Amino acid sequence: MPDRPEIIKPIVPTDFDVVEKPLGAWHRIWNIGAVRKTALLIALALLWEAYARWLNNPLLFPTFVDTVKAFFADIASGELPKAASYTIQLLIKGYLAGLLIAALLTAFASVTRIGADLLETLTSMFNPLPSIALLPLALIWFGLGDGSIIFVLIQAVVWTVALNTYSGFRAVSPTLRMVGQNYGLSKVGYITRILIPGAFPSILTGLKIGWAFAWRTLIAAELVFGVSSGSGGLGWYIFEQKNQLLIPNVFAGLLTVILFGLAVETFIFRTIENHTIRRWGMQS
Amino acid sequence: MLAVRGVTLQYRTRQSNQDHLVTATYRVSFNVLESDRFVVLGPSGCGKSTLLKAVGGYISPVEGDIILDGSNVKSPGPDRVFVFQEFDQLLPWKTVKENIVFALTAGRKLPRRQAEERAMLNIEKDKLSEFANSYPHTLSGGMKQRAAIARALAMEPRILLMDEPFASLDALTRAQMQEELLQLCQDTNFTVLFVTHSISEAIRIGSRILLLSAHPGQVKAELNGSESDEARLRGLLFDA
Repeated sequence: MPDRPEIIKPIVPTDFDVVEKPLGAWHRIWNIGAVRKTALLIALALLWEAYARWLNNPLLFPTFVDTVKAFFADIASGELPKAASYTIQLLIKGYLAGLLIAALLTAFASVTRIGADLLETLTSMFNPLPSIALLPLALIWFGLGDGSIIFVLIQAVVWTVALNTYSGFRAVSPTLRMVGQNYGLSKVGYITRILIPGAFPSILTGLKIGWAFAWRTLIAAELVFGVSSGSGGLGWYIFEQKNQLLIPNVFAGLLTVILFGLAVETFIFRTIENHTIRRWGMQS
Repeated sequence: MLAVRGVTLQYRTRQSNQDHLVTATYRVSFNVLESDRFVVLGPSGCGKSTLLKAVGGYISPVEGDIILDGSNVKSPGPDRVFVFQEFDQLLPWKTVKENIVFALTAGRKLPRRQAEERAMLNIEKDKLSEFANSYPHTLSGGMKQRAAIARALAMEPRILLMDEPFASLDALTRAQMQEELLQLCQDTNFTVLFVTHSISEAIRIGSRILLLSAHPGQVKAELNGSESDEARLRGLLFDA
């Protein structure tokens, strides 16, 4: 081994002025998710328009422009907003009732073992069952009206929400549980202040899936029988326009269904996500 | 102050689909005095963490008693606050300050304003001021442990239970945290029950050291920290 001198150096201030460089303007814009998604939507609309023009059969596949025209015309006439608001108020009723029942079931399941068994059995029975399949029964039980639609909606929401919440509770880390017990919280305090926030990522997943199931089921149920108590919803609107062969209006109805879905996803669920699990570092 | 008398602990585990009953400690006895830094040292699997959980009230002994200030320990409570090895012991949905405030309002039942004042005091004492409003996931491992210790101390428990709190830290941070813990002990005179498998950590931290044997843990020796060196502890631990 050659004899090597030891080296000790003072740290001098560095002379580069940039350690972190901001990205270029184009990169920054492209990094916004909304911009990328809008670009995709515009591309899809262009594709639609091109295909419809090439097909040239407005009865089978109207152009994007015609659909948008029909959409705005029916908004102006008040027909679409009326149908949409009717559907939305039904959705809210069914969704909230479903959440309430899911909360009760999950609470029962997390307190007692027989409750847990009950929840597991019921979810494995009813979760795979398409809730629309219960509509004929619901019609017999609750008659032609909001009652039977709400019943079907509840069935669509309850199982996924309860299942996700319960499995979220079980996945809360033992350390967090022990911390919670250490504070001497009451049973209710322990559930609301440790388990629910600790399980929030999977609760939110349950809420999202539950909402999507409910929305689908609702439109389908309205398609099957729309006119209950005189005013039809979006599903009925679509059905009726098809009967009159107003295909652009059928597309406009579908567009409304899609737009509402997008709006709930981006404005409600995304906002909740940003303020909770993303901020807490529970999801990147 | 804390008396552990002839405590035998057992727990169930499942291994290759069979339930096993594991005896973690066998008739362990010791006394912790006021402002002791009492270290429980032993090889992995000697039941030292289980013992600490029993003192915390999470497990009840099959035999023997655990007595704190004259009354039997039955369930977890804010008079015995745990600091864990795991980094996820801070509630991720609360900032450092909110974590401490929550511990005080929920555990110590303090009114909110008083809790906030005391939280800020402890944050300053623990050199966490810059991170008071940060969420735990943005902190380094050492900072998380420091915040957990600050939270535990703010609750002013009768005894602080530390389960290898520095074991997941890198060596430099660990040495620094040990130093800070000693400093805090000197300043505030609280009582600590500290579990570790590191001989050097036991010597640095402990004013009194309890040696446990492996499988199941039995008391091998109880020594004064100031009179112990590594060679002596090593000899006692590994020579039958």
